[in-house]
Order: sequence, then C-alpha cells, then structure tokens
Amino acid sequence: MKRRAFLKSSAAAGAFAGAGSLGLLSFTAPKNLKHITILHTNDVHSHIEPFEKDHSQFPGMGGAARRYTLIEEIRKENKNTLLLDAGDIFQGTPFFNFYGGELEFKLMSKMGYDAATIGNHDFDNGIDGLYAQLPHAEFKFLSANYNFSNTVLDGQVKPYQVFLRNGIKIGIFGLGIELEGLVGKDLYKETEYLDPLEIAKETVKKLKEEEKCDLVICLSHLGYNYRSEKISDMKLAQQTKNIDLIIGGHTHTFLPKPTIAHNSEGKNVLINQVGWAGVNLGRIDFYLDDSGKVDGSGATIIV
Amino acid sequence: MPYILLRTMKKISFLLFLFLASCKFSSDLVPARIEGKQLQINDSIPADESMSEFIQPYKENIDREMNQVLSYSSFDLSKRDGDLNTAIGNMMADAVMELSNPVFKKRTGKSIDIVLLNHGGIRASISEGPITTRTAYQVMPFENEVVVAKMKGEHVRQMVHYLVDAGTAHPVAGIELEIGKNNSIQKVLIKGQPLEEEKEYFVATNDYLLNGGDNMVFFSNASEVLNLNYKIRNLLIDYFKKHDTIAPVRDYRFIRINQ
Repeated sequence: MKRRAFLKSSAAAGAFAGAGSLGLLSFTAPKNLKHITILHTNDVHSHIEPFEKDHSQFPGMGGAARRYTLIEEIRKENKNTLLLDAGDIFQGTPFFNFYGGELEFKLMSKMGYDAATIGNHDFDNGIDGLYAQLPHAEFKFLSANYNFSNTVLDGQVKPYQVFLRNGIKIGIFGLGIELEGLVGKDLYKETEYLDPLEIAKETVKKLKEEEKCDLVICLSHLGYNYRSEKISDMKLAQQTKNIDLIIGGHTHTFLPKPTIAHNSEGKNVLINQVGWAGVNLGRIDFYLDDSGKVDGSGATIIV
Repeated sequence: MPYILLRTMKKISFLLFLFLASCKFSSDLVPARIEGKQLQINDSIPADESMSEFIQPYKENIDREMNQVLSYSSFDLSKRDGDLNTAIGNMMADAVMELSNPVFKKRTGKSIDIVLLNHGGIRASISEGPITTRTAYQVMPFENEVVVAKMKGEHVRQMVHYLVDAGTAHPVAGIELEIGKNNSIQKVLIKGQPLEEEKEYFVATNDYLLNGGDNMVFFSNASEVLNLNYKIRNLLIDYFKKHDTIAPVRDYRFIRINQ
C-alpha cells in the first residue's frame, strides 16, 4: 500500500515537472549543475530505412532520417550531447550487401556520431572490408580488448577516447565479444581477443587516475546477460568499479528502461541497450555537481 | 578593532572555513542526478529531408537490381509443405549440387557426393510468379558460403542418424533415405549406392553448419575442408538466371514409410 502511494506521488511529481518544459526532458538543471546528454544506438544492422508498415514486430518503426531529426531536436535542447554506437553497424539489409557499409558510415558521420565500438558482424566482409570503409567514418572506433597490431586495423582503432563537453571530462572505452566460434577466423584474421574484464579494470583505472575523467562510459558489444559464465554487461558492471554507464549491444535486448546494477563497491552502474535495427534511441542525461557537497554514489537516478 | 578581537575573528573564520571544507566530499565533478530513457523512433518523427535525399540514389540503385526478374516459379514454395523433404528445400540442395560441383571438380578433380543444408536456413517462401534478385536475398539473407567436407562413411552414417533423429526436412541431395516404424532406417543410398563405412565422401554444406550450427556436430569429423568462396545467395541468383522457370517437387529422397 505504501509502495503504491509512493509510485503515485512520484508520477504526479513527474507530471508536474514535465508541464513546465516543452522538450522531452522533465527536469531543468539548476545553474550549479553541469548537464551532459548521452544518446546511443546498438545493433542497427544496416537498417537505414524504417520497417515496412505491415511488419509483424516493428511496423513502420526505425529509420535513419527520423533518428537524425530526433537527435537534432535533442541537440537544440542541450548542445552538450554525445552520440555513440555499441557495434553491429553492418549486415542485415541489402544496403550492406550492395555497398559494404559505406552508406551506414556516411549517415552516422552526417548524424555526428562521436564514437562506436566494433561488433562481431562488423567483420562480416572481413577485417579488410571494415578497413576499406573506414574513410567514410568521421567518428572514432574504440576497442580496448581487441589487439589489432598484426592486422590492417593497426593504428586505426583506439582503446579509449576522452571527450571534453561543458567542462566535463568523459572517458569512453570499447569492449568486444570473443570472436572465435562466432566469426570465421578468415574474417577476423590476426585480431587478438583479450580478457574484457581485466582490460576494463586497467582502462578504467587509467581513465580515472591519469586522464582524470569525471564520467566513464563503456561501449560494449559483450551482450546484456547470460545464464552461463560468459562475460556480459551485467557481470562487467558487478565486477568492476568507477564505470558510470555501460552502453551494450549484441543480444538485441529491448530494455524497457536502463538497468541499475551495483559495482564491486556497491555503487550504482547504469546499463542500457535499446534493442536493434534503430527502432529506439537511448538517452541518458547526467547532471554533475562541482560544489563538492554531493557524494557521487548518492546520485538520484530516474529511469 | 582591538587586535585580540581581530585574531579571534580570523580564528573563527578559519575554523568556519575548515568546517565548510570538511563538508565537501571532494572538489570533483560528480553525478548528482541521472535520467535514462528509451526513445522510440516511429512515424510521429518526421524524416530529415536532407538525409532522405542522400539515401535516395542508393535505394533506387538497390531497388533496380533487386526488382530484376531472374526466373519464374510455377508454384508457391514453402518450407512447411512437406514432412521430411520439401520442394523448396530440394531445389536449394539441387542448386548447390548443380552449381558447386563444377567449381569443386575444377579445383580438386573430385565430385560432390552429398549436399546437406538446414531447414531453418530457408528464410522465406517463394510465391508463384516472377522470381527477382530480392527473392534470393529473402530466401538467403546470410553471407554463408559453400564448403565441401571430406568425410568417412562412418561419419556420414552419423549424419544419417542426425537426420533421422531430427525428423526435419533438412534439404539434402545425393542421398536417398527411408525410415520406417520407430525411426528404423530402411534404406540409405549415396548416389544410388549403399553407404560404405570405409569410403571417403565429399559433403557440400555451408560454413555455418560445418562449424556445428544446428547441432551438426558430425562435421567436426571432416578430415579435410575446402571453402569454395561461393555465397549460397549468389549461387541461388545464378541458379535462377540459369533456369527461366523453376518447378521443383517434393520427392522420395527422404521419406517415412509406414509399414
């Protein structure tokens, strides 16, 4: 009974806050808070056009040109926005079969994507096929646990990138899934897969201690959660510290809302994944306080 | 102001400063509030015109090629029309035999004995009427390629047991298989000849199944594998181009006989 009363009152509060703003946001940041918006997609799989209107699951949904409209609207609301993708950009429609990913990268560049990680299907035309399309991508490819030293991608993919927006230092790193058994060796060639958990710990330490990042985001193509021992976003969240947000992919998971997991120190980590095919855009808004009066682990999370 | 008072005030303000400073967790930026949500992309959002215009020529080019008529189907073909073999599955397995065998022969001097695909790999049905490039993409959207595995007769027998246990219309060619009551095997012929345990056979399949897809673990016993680098989809396109009409039928290659 008490819980229901709480839900009711919080819903009312939400409605009240929403009435004042025209945008999609229900909260206006007080002046002392620094606001950064993270927008993200995963597993778009070459779905450039919306699904057909008679599609059984996603009638008339998705579409790159509509996604761009929405992104631009949000940018008008908050110019401090990062746009990210968690991999499997390639494969799924004739756009990929015909153009090998050229159009996907060109559109993402037009939309102003900042960074993406590499999914298993991004190797579908071989590592050489991916390399060939890189000139069309005006955004960063991040992967901390694929060692490309002995491949054509050597020097093309960074483990992480630090972005400075609105005075906030945001460290973003990428993690990829084990390729053996999932992708033909003739496709990924000499790409070396390193343990995501160990690499994540090292990378986060670097981002926090050396790069002095205020926020740490992981772009992961590991998958949301598995019954087996296989490493997943959920396990990664629980077994690491200092990651604020994991943007996931691979499992095509439609989360009704971002998951709040607890890290090795018991602090909150957000995990989000928005299905596939560009049917959804994920949006996470961070409001950061520099007054020193707020303990980061006690951030109010509204999902 | 008396000096002593000034000193006291300084002391108090210093203490006050210390007190305030001790309230600080840190001087870093820390998240005070986080909001997360999923935004659905649907027809309530207008498409950005410049982006739609940019996509248009790519789309038109694809449509032109996709709508190209390659062949004609005399019937509606669905993978659900049949118990242990279907017309569409037979067509696919026969197409693999017909078009990959010359490639394999040219490279090795040998011939393919058996073709095995999987029922789940037939991704769409074919309607009576024109067959276009799009049809091939719908039936086979994946990038799988034809591979040929060299297998001993005893391992081909494992494959036969797999087919019998699965009881599914996995597309096959080059093999005749009859099962009776309680899944007893009544007849196994490879290219019309009885299966010999010691003989080596060449089995064409795709790279997905070769690697154990659909639980086809028997392929791990292959002693040699040759990838023909021939995509099944391209093979289908070539097959449709070669045959101006297709009229495959369900036949007797894999059947259940009730005695």
